[in-house]
Amino acid sequence: MNRTFVGVDVGSSRTKVALLDEGKNLLGYAVRKSGVDFSATALEGLRDSLDMAGRADTDIAYTVSTGYGRANVAYADETKTEIGCHARGCYHYFPLAITIIDIGGQDNKIISLDGEGRRTGFKMNRKCAAGTGAFLEEMALRLDIPIENMDALARQSTDMVRLGSFCTVFSATEVLENIRNGKKVTDIVKGVFFSVIQRIIEMDLLSENVVMTGGVVANNPYIVTMTEEQIGRKILVSQHPQLTGAIGAALYAIEGSRSGKGVRRG
Amino acid sequence: MAEKEVRPRRLKTASDIAKFMADYYYELDEASKSGSRKIAWCTSVGPAEILRSMGFLTYFPETHSALIGTRKMAEDFIPSANAIGYSPDICSYLTSDIGAYLQGTTPLAKAFPGIERIPGADVLVYNTNQCRDVQDWFSWYSKRFGAPLLGVETHRNIEKVTPAHTSSIAAQLENMIEPLEKIAGRRFDIDELKNAVALSRQCSVLWEKCLATASAVPSPLTFFDATTLMGPAVVGRGLQPVLDLYGLLLEELNERIERGEGVTEGPERHRIYWEGMPVWGRLSMHSKLFGGLGAAVIASTYCSSWIFNALDPAAPFESMAKAYSELFIVRSEDYKEKYIREKLEFFKCDGIVYHDAKTCPNNSNCRYGMPQRLQSKTGIPALIINGDLNDMRLISDEQTKTNVEAFIEQLEEA
Repeated sequence: MNRTFVGVDVGSSRTKVALLDEGKNLLGYAVRKSGVDFSATALEGLRDSLDMAGRADTDIAYTVSTGYGRANVAYADETKTEIGCHARGCYHYFPLAITIIDIGGQDNKIISLDGEGRRTGFKMNRKCAAGTGAFLEEMALRLDIPIENMDALARQSTDMVRLGSFCTVFSATEVLENIRNGKKVTDIVKGVFFSVIQRIIEMDLLSENVVMTGGVVANNPYIVTMTEEQIGRKILVSQHPQLTGAIGAALYAIEGSRSGKGVRRG
Repeated sequence: MAEKEVRPRRLKTASDIAKFMADYYYELDEASKSGSRKIAWCTSVGPAEILRSMGFLTYFPETHSALIGTRKMAEDFIPSANAIGYSPDICSYLTSDIGAYLQGTTPLAKAFPGIERIPGADVLVYNTNQCRDVQDWFSWYSKRFGAPLLGVETHRNIEKVTPAHTSSIAAQLENMIEPLEKIAGRRFDIDELKNAVALSRQCSVLWEKCLATASAVPSPLTFFDATTLMGPAVVGRGLQPVLDLYGLLLEELNERIERGEGVTEGPERHRIYWEGMPVWGRLSMHSKLFGGLGAAVIASTYCSSWIFNALDPAAPFESMAKAYSELFIVRSEDYKEKYIREKLEFFKCDGIVYHDAKTCPNNSNCRYGMPQRLQSKTGIPALIINGDLNDMRLISDEQTKTNVEAFIEQLEEA
């Protein structure tokens, strides 16, 4: 039997599934829109990733779920918070004292780890969408552009527009004002990205080594470049930044399997 | 990690305390309807001892607001106060209380059958030691009722309480006597004040002892229990029956300690300090959340706010002035930091949660770098949760849950 460890990260926007083997190698993965039936989406994501890995249901040794919908994954043996899973996932790829910046669909996180991978603190954004993926979605809507085009547009900017507001709704008004004043869409989009970065770096102090994760970074790598310019140093990004939470959950699954907690399979 | 269902152990004295609170509100209601006794409205740390000594029944609107909060009614009331000009950003005790009045309703009616409205006021007496909002709050009702408004303006940001602080407060207290005599229709008697101060002091001593039992491992008391058990210390300090109640409570808590009983049937793996106001509409939810994760929230600054060690019947005005000026809420940032540090040590806490209450800046001690400073000095991890005392629209329960779960995970993995 090929013991397989599953991590499921049910986020507000996307559900991510990652499969690891006992050697912590990524075997398969899936990213699906979370939709309204988290349970069904998590199951579909599992099927996709098992197909990709060439593994069967019966190979699953242990499953850990995380994210907003973590309690909705019927096949999970255990749940962990997304903060713990992002920490675990990042430390796996970058075993250093690091600060993690995760930009998700609905929330942002800043997580600090010491050199041993222990969490020393974390912050989440307040009850506000500013600086999150939801903010980008709203701005794309206002600008009448597909969200997937934002990264390429921002890169073409020559004279970035600065948005002054903390609030998504007020920022949208500012965007409309800039459109009315004839500003270029490329410059506004870069300003939107800059606003996201500002909202995040004001949340906490950053250590020397910074890792960025999350779907926003995966889909808009220019945000990483802009953040590097802001903080004046290189930022570490894993091969699959959007899967970080799911991979962290799968790493917890390996541990959970060893501790024998709630094992149902394998 | 996810929380498990754990059954809390209920304190027997809680029923006696609930009865005391019911009797307190019925007595006020009767007096308000019949006019049999004069009623003074008083802020939570206003000069209740003076009012009692002059025969007033004393009503505390902050306690009424907390009841609005626990009954999850604030969001229905706040818009009415907003509509007459009170911003949604100011104290949600004020806005929910005034909103309830404007709508002609009160949670007292649901809690205590037969009571239809809050008691009227013959006089309203505030102390700005809580905040400036209490002055505005009482001022509105003063105009509404056509009743006189008296107040004490307290010093703030006090590092060390000096005679300069206390003499000015004592003078303000003494200046209240003449107008209060007119309203009460009776002469002030210094011996009666000394008696009220003596009883208040005894109440303070007993309440402090009750809270201190939480230093036992496992703790026999949680912050969530204490927020309701403290009712008599707030509304009844200066009254004999309160001493009997807290004597019983102390006995019961000590019995728990002797039996080695914690607050739930589950283990006490972590001991948490709560800094800031309770989230009144989420007391039960938060209690279950922490308890289910094996964490007991055992102590707080908030519940210690009714400990007045300086009260001395031999010098009633001066000692009241000192007691009110020694309050945590009016102290300097350095004093507050030292105070919390000592509490963390005394209660053997391994974590601290700061509640950043959107509409209560005076009770949100995480806005000027305190969590960062204390964590670097003590090594005790800190969590800030965003919320509010009464306005539940300012809360994301899912975010709170994730934050608390992640915090306990962090403590487990430390």
